[in-house]
Amino acid sequence: MSPGRIIGTIRQMPKPISEPPAGEQLASGTSAEEATAALKAAAGTVHDQLKARAETATGDGKAVLEATALMAKDTMLIKGAAKLIARGTSAQRAVWEAGASVAEMLHNLGGYMAERATDVLDVRARIVAELRGVPAPGIPSSSAPFILVAEDLAPADTATLDPEKVLALVTAGGGPQSHTAIIARSLGLPAVVAAAGVDELPDSTEVYVDGAAGLISVNPDGDQRAAAEAWATNASLLAVFDGNGTTADGHLVPLLANVGGGKDAIAAAALNAQGVGLFRTEFCFLERDTEPTVEEQAAAYKGVFDAFPGKKVVLRTLDAGADKPLPFLTDATEPNPALGVRGYRTDFTTPGVLERQLQAIALAEKDSEADVWVMAPMISTADEAAHFASMCAAAGITNPGVMVEVPSAALTAESILREVGFASLGTNDLTQYAMAADRQLGPLANLNTPWQPAVLRLVGLTVEGSRAEGNNKPVGVCGEAAADPALAVVLTGLGVSTLSMTARSLAAVAAVLKTVSLAEAQQLAKLALSARSATEARAWVREKLPVLEELGL
Amino acid sequence: MPERTATIASRSGLHARPAALFAEAAGDVGVDVTIAMQGEPEDDALDASSILSLMTLGAGKGDVVVLRAEGEGAEAALDSLVKLLETDLDAE
Repeated sequence: MSPGRIIGTIRQMPKPISEPPAGEQLASGTSAEEATAALKAAAGTVHDQLKARAETATGDGKAVLEATALMAKDTMLIKGAAKLIARGTSAQRAVWEAGASVAEMLHNLGGYMAERATDVLDVRARIVAELRGVPAPGIPSSSAPFILVAEDLAPADTATLDPEKVLALVTAGGGPQSHTAIIARSLGLPAVVAAAGVDELPDSTEVYVDGAAGLISVNPDGDQRAAAEAWATNASLLAVFDGNGTTADGHLVPLLANVGGGKDAIAAAALNAQGVGLFRTEFCFLERDTEPTVEEQAAAYKGVFDAFPGKKVVLRTLDAGADKPLPFLTDATEPNPALGVRGYRTDFTTPGVLERQLQAIALAEKDSEADVWVMAPMISTADEAAHFASMCAAAGITNPGVMVEVPSAALTAESILREVGFASLGTNDLTQYAMAADRQLGPLANLNTPWQPAVLRLVGLTVEGSRAEGNNKPVGVCGEAAADPALAVVLTGLGVSTLSMTARSLAAVAAVLKTVSLAEAQQLAKLALSARSATEARAWVREKLPVLEELGL
Repeated sequence: MPERTATIASRSGLHARPAALFAEAAGDVGVDVTIAMQGEPEDDALDASSILSLMTLGAGKGDVVVLRAEGEGAEAALDSLVKLLETDLDAE
């Protein structure tokens, strides 16, 4: 699901630590003093482990580990737990509850402290693991590089994932658009997801991983060893994009980057991205209890604009809700958050936040040289598009657009595009909504792929809608689909004008696109649309693109 | 009881790395040291070696705090800790 061929030994990610049962008492025969001593010993061990890791880390990671190590034997945590033990609670349950109350207190303080609440919960889980004598949760630390095997990875795991140590990711759960796949592509690591049973393999098993083929095999044979060696040679070639996305016959398809902030943008510019096709502005808002000010936002946006002077930067307004809740904007009690008040819809319930964000964007644009485009997520109707365009105009933003991720927007693209200047297809959500399949669910992985002919048809309808509108308004793709080189060819054939992806995928997509003419891409698009299943569509297109196999993509 | 006042010099306040460095140092001096914001009652003083307590104290750059300790070596311990608080630890 993220290309690459590699051979290595595996390390299993330990299962998450389960909560000790509420009301769990001290075992008979264990005194409170003994239990407290055991807790202190476990806390000391966790402290020493984290401290040792801090010594080998650098920068921000080091500071976080040092602080986390100290939390392990912090008097506030340990005394809190000891009080509960004195009343007869088991050591595991006591530290669990003490950790929860400390975390809640930090969370209530907001800002930086609230972010540290997760560190307290991490320390708590480590102490419980130590008391149980099971491996600590989180990514295993190892001096030798390894292939990480897990049930699934959460976005938080990325922070502790060292790309120098991890050769590839393999998960038993998750789909092609799960966090694991997204993390892997952004780090340039080969990955295979939804590999049922892989979590049963013992540590140190040698395996061959082929990310593009979605294959892992135990006891690699000679051919697989040769393939892994060939990949190592090709990988360096596939790491360089010359900054010119084009088909073999010179049809230009600008290749843009998806970024989440200034740091990403600078890295994407260094990889020769031709602009930004999706600037996710959530980073400015997440983990905050209150809305950032217009000036704070403007400064953050400018950081991205400044990385691309004279180039296009497409900014997506705040996409909160569903898997990205925000305390001041979204209702966590919705029974069906993916179908709830999220994205542009938060303007219905909390008017003002979007208006101020647009002011901040206009402010940042004024002092920057980037060509700024602004689009709203989760637009479903032409009326919503018109309202968003009027809000943009009021803020002084001249180029409003919409994300097409709700099937209704694809089906009514013509009337929506009469209201705005461009559309960008968010294939992750478009797939989830077209197939009615949650992106994160492993059992639905086969439904949840943008290779589904129904999804490709919606992409085609959006392009047709733009043609019918008559003003040649651009339709781009900024979902994960654009990062799959074979799918990128199909999307080009469907008439998509730009492709935006994680910057690491630019070189591979460019290399494959360069080998086909526009007419060939159109043929492949037709072929994919005529397939009766996603598997068939993918197999047929890949068969016609032998370059994929040669490059190991 | 011996006490000292100190003005927080670290740019980020007594958070993050400065808090970790200070908590660790306070834990190593061999006497129990408490910390409170200036003007707060002594009863509300917090354990200076607890990073979690320091975080809840929320002392920013320029805030004045009171350190207290008792017993043998208290004076020297307080002096060394005041020096640490009055250094910009973010700059190191």
